[in-house]
Amino acid sequence: MTDSLRTTISLRRRLTIALIGGAAFLAVLLYLVVRAYAVQIAQQGQDDILRASLTSVLDAAVLRDGALEVDFPYASLSMLTTPADDRVFYAIYRNDRFVSGYDGLRGDGDAGFSTRDFAGATVRVATGSRTLVGADVRLRITASVAQTQDALSVTLAGISRTVALFGTGFFLLAVLLSVWATATTIRPLQTLTSAVARRGPKDLSPVRRAVPLEMAPLVGSLNRFMARLEQSLTRSEDFIAEAAHRVRTPLATVRSHAEATLQRVDRQENRLALRAMIRAIDESSRAAGQLLDHAMITFRADHLEREQLDIGALLREQVDRLAPVAEMKDIELRVDAPAAAPLSGDPILLQNALRNVIDNALKYSPTEGVVDLHVAASPLALTVRDRGPGFPEDQIAELPQRFARGRNAEGIIGSGLGLTIAQDVVEAHGGRLHLRNHPEGGACVTLSFSS
Amino acid sequence: MRFLLIEDNAELAGAISARMNLDGHVVDHAGTLAEASAFAEAGEYDLILLDVMLPDGDGRDFLRRHRAGQGDTPVIVLTARSQVSDRVGMLDLGADDYVTKPFDHAELEARCRAVLRRRAGTSRTVLRFGDVTFDAVAGQLTVAGRAVALRNRELRLLELLANAPGRIFSKQKLVDRLFSYDEDVSENAVEVYIGRLRKHLDGSDLRITTHRGIGYRLDHDG
Repeated sequence: MTDSLRTTISLRRRLTIALIGGAAFLAVLLYLVVRAYAVQIAQQGQDDILRASLTSVLDAAVLRDGALEVDFPYASLSMLTTPADDRVFYAIYRNDRFVSGYDGLRGDGDAGFSTRDFAGATVRVATGSRTLVGADVRLRITASVAQTQDALSVTLAGISRTVALFGTGFFLLAVLLSVWATATTIRPLQTLTSAVARRGPKDLSPVRRAVPLEMAPLVGSLNRFMARLEQSLTRSEDFIAEAAHRVRTPLATVRSHAEATLQRVDRQENRLALRAMIRAIDESSRAAGQLLDHAMITFRADHLEREQLDIGALLREQVDRLAPVAEMKDIELRVDAPAAAPLSGDPILLQNALRNVIDNALKYSPTEGVVDLHVAASPLALTVRDRGPGFPEDQIAELPQRFARGRNAEGIIGSGLGLTIAQDVVEAHGGRLHLRNHPEGGACVTLSFSS
Repeated sequence: MRFLLIEDNAELAGAISARMNLDGHVVDHAGTLAEASAFAEAGEYDLILLDVMLPDGDGRDFLRRHRAGQGDTPVIVLTARSQVSDRVGMLDLGADDYVTKPFDHAELEARCRAVLRRRAGTSRTVLRFGDVTFDAVAGQLTVAGRAVALRNRELRLLELLANAPGRIFSKQKLVDRLFSYDEDVSENAVEVYIGRLRKHLDGSDLRITTHRGIGYRLDHDG
């Protein structure tokens, strides 16, 4: 049944993928956010120093006798010294006219911070201005202080590494948690699955174990379905039993009456008619029984209820059971079985197969004949040999087919299902049924269980 | 032998009883479980024939109660069910054997005989004719103190004749009783068995006489 079941991606995989995907997304987001924040903080630090430096440069500008005088405070540049030996630039403008430093350092803006390429490096530029007011002069001084970002890059790289490490750690932890969470979530489902799968073919009792809330509707449906199935199985079993009873009881009555009448009737034609009637009853009841048995065997063959058995013991049981029938014709049932002939099989099916082959042997065996029942332990096989007419050679292959009967079966009551049943049972156990005629006469049926 | 037949179908019960009577057995018939319990309590039986489906319950319940109550009378179940597992279940419940309806009376007889023989030690009917003793249940014939091994058909033939000594049995009747319906046998087949029995009984007080055109009869001296 599993073969025809269409499956989609497993729940476990789906859940794991969703959780790990989510964790990866969160880890990347975390990395980006923390890193952006760190960049911002680091930039802030550089900017603060640049601003301080700029302020001291601007403060150094004074108006003396109407002329601008800047006593450049070199100390203000030394505060920009970094371990990475970042280069520092400055530029001073008076009324937007370049006065000193590196021309072109100032950007387009009047004030504030900007990041630009300058002199082959990326620099952070702080620009500010101040208005100096004298007696009759009023001039505007603008200064820019810039610093390359080597130290900042080093710091940022360090921070990025740390954050990446942190993000990876977070991700790995999340993966572990995902696996654990998935396993925990899936476990009740697996427990339920294995509990249902472990059941015997006849166990249709409801699932009693506690299941998670989400699974309750499914398990509830399953339980209701099994209850319905059990009910309908019971009903059909009861029906078959009842039907068999209803049919067989009147047949038994008719048969008994016919037999009793036969004891009283002397006219040959009446006697022949009564005998024919009895045989017809036997034929029909036998056919009905064999059909039911065959149906049951077909049903059970799909899922054998295996037990550790001994073919010899099983055989002796059937021989005991059939001994009174053999006695009626003074037939000797000779059992030759080793002490142990173990087989893992379905006892009910095997009993049925044995009964059918022994029954056949008894039917075709002449009065006061011998039926040999031989069990070989390895390879495991059971052979039944009678001393009857044997199989018609040209029909051997087709005899195990349903309703096939040998042409020499004329006059012997049978349904044509006995060998079919035996063959189906043996094949359900992975073996084979062999038919042949014994060189010294009589039919030989072998149930061979070695595959 | 006293048999208790528990069977709700009166016609079938009548036919079985008639046949059993022919063999010299006494049969009490119960149609319900209640009747059966009453019979079983009141009398001693050598064998119980039990139908499974009865109007007031399941025959298996009777079997279970019977076995639980230390009843050791052998039980043969008459079942109309044919499920193999069901038959096996009967034996597990303590039935000694079972036959599936419709059954061959000869087979039922054979099974009764086998069960009674296995339970030897219960009441035993041993017939005595002068120097011949015959125990039909055990299948033992002694002629002048010497045990004779009988084949099953010889045994049944002797049993038939010995149950009604002095009565003439036609060949036809004997064929009906000795051979099953799927055997095509001529009446002459009976002669073979008569011949064998005569050989066994040679020199004893028992004789099988031929009555030409009528049949055979068992006679004994003294």
